[in-house]
Amino acid sequence: MEDIIICRCQEVTRQDILDAIADGATTVDGVKRRTRAGMGLCQGKTCERLVARMIAEQTGRPLSEIVPPKSRIPVRPVKIGIIGGEQDE
Amino acid sequence: MREIVTDVAIVGAGSAGLSAAYQAASAGADVLVIDENARPGGQLFKQIHKFFGSKEHQAGTRGFAIGEQLLAKVEQSGAKVWLDSLVYGLLPDKSMGVISQGLNYSVKAKKIIIASGAKENYMAFPGSTLPGVMGAGAAQTMINVNRVLPGERILMVGSGNVGLIVSYQLMQAGAEVVGIVEGAPKIGGYGVHAGKIRRAGVPIYVGHTVDCVFGEEEVEGARIVAVDEKWNKIPGTEKTFDVDTVCLAVGLNPMTELVWMAGCKFDFIPSFGGHVPLHDENMETTVKGVYVAGDVTGVEEASSAMEEGNMAGVAAAEALGYLSAEEADKRKQQIMERLNTLRSGMFGAGRRTSKEKQIQDMHTYLESHKRTDPQEEVLGV
Repeated sequence: MEDIIICRCQEVTRQDILDAIADGATTVDGVKRRTRAGMGLCQGKTCERLVARMIAEQTGRPLSEIVPPKSRIPVRPVKIGIIGGEQDE
Repeated sequence: MREIVTDVAIVGAGSAGLSAAYQAASAGADVLVIDENARPGGQLFKQIHKFFGSKEHQAGTRGFAIGEQLLAKVEQSGAKVWLDSLVYGLLPDKSMGVISQGLNYSVKAKKIIIASGAKENYMAFPGSTLPGVMGAGAAQTMINVNRVLPGERILMVGSGNVGLIVSYQLMQAGAEVVGIVEGAPKIGGYGVHAGKIRRAGVPIYVGHTVDCVFGEEEVEGARIVAVDEKWNKIPGTEKTFDVDTVCLAVGLNPMTELVWMAGCKFDFIPSFGGHVPLHDENMETTVKGVYVAGDVTGVEEASSAMEEGNMAGVAAAEALGYLSAEEADKRKQQIMERLNTLRSGMFGAGRRTSKEKQIQDMHTYLESHKRTDPQEEVLGV
């Protein structure tokens, strides 16, 4: 059977996430850095909770300890030209 | 970058944000509300059902009508509302990066109220990324706001109030709901909503989950399966449905990115949707001058969100000197009484317990920590 997709923006499968956790990822950021899960257009709004639950299940740690990925600017998709100006340097 | 200075900046023009704006602006504060949507009201304008509760919470009035009343009050109060505008971040000095009409603004506010709401939970199963699988809230927006039917034959996953109400509204909009699937052994939402659905002939499969959704290019069918008390699938209990749409109504979680970015400390309350910001009775977080209100503080419902918004708006106006302590206390006491009424009864008492824990955890935190205060030197307030 075809594997389940967890992060649809970056097409990261459940097996990819499990591999990342087996590789030592203990946080949502750790999974993100290894797999790109949560780095797409929606910035993890769909998959973040699914990833957190998988980390909890695999590591036996409580969900309370598994915080969302580090929140950085921009928290919404924005056009770089609007922030940086139209001129290329 | 253009700079804007205001007394109060509010992120989100939903139930909580608009209520906060009304309170702060009618007390005399300069208020700017920023919302990424094209229309104000958050989720209120897609609520076509009548609200519950007491008379002062407009029980019997439909959600969108409550939204219209609130919007009219906000317009009279003098608060500015920017729509189609994004708050893309908070800088360490708590100035807000905002994009509106293609322009980049730095909004410097003496008080920030984050009322960013919640987003829908998702489930992953084989076929969960096929077009036709969507959040129940998305389906509700499509039918009640955009007047587009997402599909003709629908399987609803989740029997909480969202699943029950959206199922009924999809039927009113002309779709057939073939069934509601509920993993728990009993229906999650109010009996009055479940009764309406059952009288309309829609089966509710408790103790079942989605096994898979299938189709070539889009949803063509779904299979459900019974689960035991440990959520293990029971082979041989599968049922297959011919559907073109599967709606997921499996809870919400707070949209907290900006609150984390502000440096606020968090609590973990599963019944509120997971990690939620610590806040005191005034809705102020562990960061001085940063308030939260509504679903971002823990997922509840629209009436509580409005009251939390009222509370944050009054507290911010008081902190800025627009309300005397005496006047503010009077208003805050009335708001707290209404909140306690909302958080009572069979479905509300648990929310009150959770909220009291959250506020207690805030006080425990403040016994050993000071509120962080990056604002004073930057803004000179």
